[in-house]
Amino acid sequence: MAHETAGHPNPDHAHEHPTWKQYKWVALILTVITALEVWAYYIPALVASVFFVPLLLIMSAAKFAIVVLFYMHLRYDHRLFRLLFTGPLTIAMATLIALLFLLARTGALHVS
Amino acid sequence: MAHAETQTASHHFTTTGLDNRKVAIWMFIGSECMLFASLISTYLIYKGKSVVGPFPHEAWTNPATGQAFPPILDIPVTSVSTFVLLMSSLAMVLALAAVENRGKPVPPGLSGKILSSSKLWLFMTCLMGATFLGFQAYEFTSFVHEGLTIRTNLFGSSFFTLTGFHGAHVTAGVIWLGTLLAIDMKRGLQPKDAVWVDIAALYWHFVDVVWIAIFTLVYLIQ
Repeated sequence: MAHETAGHPNPDHAHEHPTWKQYKWVALILTVITALEVWAYYIPALVASVFFVPLLLIMSAAKFAIVVLFYMHLRYDHRLFRLLFTGPLTIAMATLIALLFLLARTGALHVS
Repeated sequence: MAHAETQTASHHFTTTGLDNRKVAIWMFIGSECMLFASLISTYLIYKGKSVVGPFPHEAWTNPATGQAFPPILDIPVTSVSTFVLLMSSLAMVLALAAVENRGKPVPPGLSGKILSSSKLWLFMTCLMGATFLGFQAYEFTSFVHEGLTIRTNLFGSSFFTLTGFHGAHVTAGVIWLGTLLAIDMKRGLQPKDAVWVDIAALYWHFVDVVWIAIFTLVYLIQ
């Protein structure tokens, strides 16, 4: 058993990486989303609307997820790696959001 | 059994069957998430709280001197540098694929030769990383010339700290990839070395995703 593990270190976790064509499409999608973000920045009516910030956050989150899933191969890799990344990321995001709500509500932001 | 243990030790596999270097880099990236979340939190908490300008998105006139300051962020320039960093991630995955597939048959023609050249893609990644740093140096220099330093206001302090930390990470990544390129030039990276390229690639892509967040939260959201 030990020999099997040594000879085939991760037979259950063997994964395939995306192909060159998939990488090309991922790069194209990332470029298009970035262009859309910048384009949205230059539309005053959109910037003034309540949709601007959520729209940018969604586009940014999409880019973030695409890079992590395809370029960092988290979609294809072992679930432990997913856990090691998403665990701290969740804590970090929760802390960020909690801090913003806490300091905005208490007025502690008005320092100088 | 002893042979198996020796092999296991030489390949650095954990009891999970996973390479411990990959486990380590993912743990490191997890801790880096915390670091950058704290820096981004600080920036967002101080956003719009500066008493004196220059400001990121609004013009400001100094009441004491009457000097006018335009909005300081240069979105077109930063958009280009963002694009360069995104494309460096593409070059990085191609470098990793070239190392992993070394020795296997390559598609005929020039495109096959180009795609299988790890040296080319590592060099391109380094070059684009260095270009991004050049853009950042230009941005920092122009900000200082326009009157914004790390001590000017809350925006300056939090902005230079956040983007400076990110720039330091990019610098470390360029040096790391430069050493891999030097090894590749000297003896050629083989499929057995792929995990070393893989962990460098994971670090590089992480630096990229951090910039994706910074670009939206700092530069685009007003």
